[in-house]
Amino acid sequence: MNKSENMASSAQGRQLRTMDIVNRGLARRYRAERRFKRFGLSAILLSLAFLAVLFISIFANGYTAFQQTFIQLEVFLDPLKIDKEDLGSANYQGLVRESLAKTFPAVKNRADKRKLYGMVSSGASFDLRKFVQKNRHEIGNTIRIWVPADDDVDMLIKGHILRDVPESERRMDDTQIAWVDHFQHQLRIKQEFNMTFFTGGDSREPELAGIWGAVCGSLYTLLVTLCLSFPIGVATAIYLEEFAPTNRWTDVVEVNINNLAAVPSIVFGLLGLAVFLNFFGLPRSAPLVGGLVLTLMTLPTIIIAGRASLKSVPPSIREAALGIGASKTQMVAHHVLPLAMPGMLTGTIIGMAQALGETAPLLMIGMVAFIVDIPGGFTDPATVLPVQIFLWADSPERAFLEKTSAAIMVLLLFLVIMNGLAVVLRKKFERRW
Amino acid sequence: MVRERMSPSNLLLVLLVLTTAGYYLGRRRAFSVVKNDGGPRVLHSRPSYYGALTALWCAVPALVVFCFWLAFESRIITHIVVAALPEEMLTLSGGRLNLLVNDIKNLVEGNIVAGSISPALRAAADHYQELNAISHAALAVIVLVISIGAVLWIQRCISPGLRARNHVETLVKYILIACSTLAIFTTIGIVLSVLYEAIRFFKIVPIHQFLLGLEWSPQMAIRADQVGASGAFGVIPVFMGTLLISAIAMCVSVPVGLMSAIYLCEYADKRFRAVAKPLLEILAGIPTVVYGFFAALIVAPLIRNTGATLGLSVSSESALAAGLVMGIMIIPFVSSLSDDVINAVPQSLRDGALALGSTHSETICRVVLPAALPGIVGGVLLAVSRAIGETMIVVMAAGLSANLTLNPLKTVTTITVQIVTLLVGDQEFDSPKTLAAFALGLLLFVVTLVLNVVALVVVRKYREQYE
Repeated sequence: MNKSENMASSAQGRQLRTMDIVNRGLARRYRAERRFKRFGLSAILLSLAFLAVLFISIFANGYTAFQQTFIQLEVFLDPLKIDKEDLGSANYQGLVRESLAKTFPAVKNRADKRKLYGMVSSGASFDLRKFVQKNRHEIGNTIRIWVPADDDVDMLIKGHILRDVPESERRMDDTQIAWVDHFQHQLRIKQEFNMTFFTGGDSREPELAGIWGAVCGSLYTLLVTLCLSFPIGVATAIYLEEFAPTNRWTDVVEVNINNLAAVPSIVFGLLGLAVFLNFFGLPRSAPLVGGLVLTLMTLPTIIIAGRASLKSVPPSIREAALGIGASKTQMVAHHVLPLAMPGMLTGTIIGMAQALGETAPLLMIGMVAFIVDIPGGFTDPATVLPVQIFLWADSPERAFLEKTSAAIMVLLLFLVIMNGLAVVLRKKFERRW
Repeated sequence: MVRERMSPSNLLLVLLVLTTAGYYLGRRRAFSVVKNDGGPRVLHSRPSYYGALTALWCAVPALVVFCFWLAFESRIITHIVVAALPEEMLTLSGGRLNLLVNDIKNLVEGNIVAGSISPALRAAADHYQELNAISHAALAVIVLVISIGAVLWIQRCISPGLRARNHVETLVKYILIACSTLAIFTTIGIVLSVLYEAIRFFKIVPIHQFLLGLEWSPQMAIRADQVGASGAFGVIPVFMGTLLISAIAMCVSVPVGLMSAIYLCEYADKRFRAVAKPLLEILAGIPTVVYGFFAALIVAPLIRNTGATLGLSVSSESALAAGLVMGIMIIPFVSSLSDDVINAVPQSLRDGALALGSTHSETICRVVLPAALPGIVGGVLLAVSRAIGETMIVVMAAGLSANLTLNPLKTVTTITVQIVTLLVGDQEFDSPKTLAAFALGLLLFVVTLVLNVVALVVVRKYREQYE
């Protein structure tokens, strides 16, 4: 055997060996490949599962809040107790109690009586008053009126208070349940759409609590935010993108904006507290101050989105405008800005959605107070929807749990609408150059 | 509360009407000055620029005066009212005087006042109300005089030779510049407001005690003989709690977020990506208060019950629940940032690795990820700063007691929780308890600022590398 042959065969052997090594490891490597791919897929599925669990649990907790239990009472509108001249001041609570006592004449004991009167909501007397004021001719008759039940009764009917739990661990005892059964037997209990939830302000009584006050507060706050942050944000974006010379000052502004975008929102709350409330003496809990704080918070979002959409307008548009003799301001106002506007609006809507969901800075400026009245202006004390959710989530009553979930559903609905609008805007007006 | 006829919001509406009127007046004036010698062609600028000039001069100075007036009105009026209070009230200490001023303001707004209303208080409230009315009336007069005067003045100035367009453009440019400086003023405002109160706090509690103390219990004694309320302001347990919860959140969000980004970038087909990416983004759009509710009412009981069946004692406000939910919240943040940097890795690197015979996963792990690492690190740093500054989840799901522990099943507290608990509700502005919140805010601001700056520098460097 000569040398060259020897070399060739050994080379061939080595080559075969390398191939063998590759082949031997191949199955393992393909397994690793498949495993890696599965990891990736499962990461996505896991996040989506989180999302699904979040939505399902909130929906499952909350959908019952859109129904409210009502009890039918037979009330004798005693002409001796209702002054026809002054309908507002009669003792309607007494009439409601009388009617309840008449339904269960066996209840004599003082503690039991208090429990019995607690079966209907404290709002029942207001409903009765409203009824009498509308139907004066009924005074002297016995009327049947549906009044909201107490939240405990509501929970029992909806199955959140379980009957098979030992009495000592239940919020309602056996006599109360017997009363409810009595009403139910006579078909004097019904569930109806809970209008109060959408028209009422906050209340300590879950059955009387509604989100309208918070929705109004959110509306006023967002209005202030929109009126300030949109013009200022657009102006800043235009200046930085179209007019600003590249120098140190511009750089400082840019770095500042990028940093502000990442500052924790609660720090903006501290700023609002120290500057707007303590230094300028603006009123506490007011949508005006909330709007100012949220403006500072959403400005970076709007500016960054605005700059991106200005950047996407091709330079040829600018050159054409300048070429036919437009001034720089005219070029921006007549040509660049209209083309960039959809992108800016999208950014603004997303910024507003962020502002709508923001809670922490508003806690700092006192929008966390318990406010029953519906706010009527920018300086009235108010709360906003997310803060209302926070307040209700803190309440111990079981009935507030479903109210909280329902309020979250309303908030999410608003956010879905706003983000959907942003997506539609983007799809409709997006231009590829 | 009596509604005034010329309240600031009404005044704003009037100003709007005046500005619109000013536009049309200016425009008409421009037409009328050239009516007899050649029509609008002889004007230097298009007629609408004369209108715009009038409108700008009508609105801007008046608005500036309006804002400044309202910003300082309340302070000045309070000062005057306090100065006019009877002698014996003026000798009260700062805190009591503050309460008194609060009472007066509550009276003015028709709210319920604590305690009985003394005649002096009632008089002060009336005084306040009177001054307020005078101030608003004066404001209305001044603003209207300024804007109407501006309209008349510009009307007189309008002539064919007036370079209205150039004037308008210069004005617009100055307005744009003014808007763009707002970001700087915001930063300055944050720094000053937090720093000012924090320095007052450090005068009471030395800074080394704050930064190095191992005990946090911000209750201050109201009476000198009270037990167990000495007040300790050592920030380390609070800071450790923040780090513990953030670490748990990172343990959830970094692997899940990174793996989803890798799958979406490297494996998923277009259709899957188009569906999965927006769905992931939904997680980022959910308000934090919703996550907080989810953590406190669903995840925390679940963890506690699981712990109980396993024989572990889990606190009902465990760090684990808050951290887990916070991790879920941050997943889309990590995934979209990593998505960007992985996409930015040049295709040639992947092609080279694949051509050498490596499998797809080997390409990713040995070529793409190392190349994208600086960007990913930057993204993770941003996510950490997000986690440290997150408020609502921890306020609702984490505890209040500051334990120096690394056990995720125990209760810990965080900087943001402490700020909220110290500042929500009525506070007096001199107690170290309230000021401590600002010191914590300063700490939070500095830590997140450093993280952000480092992250931005890292990401920018990385981008330049491949561009």
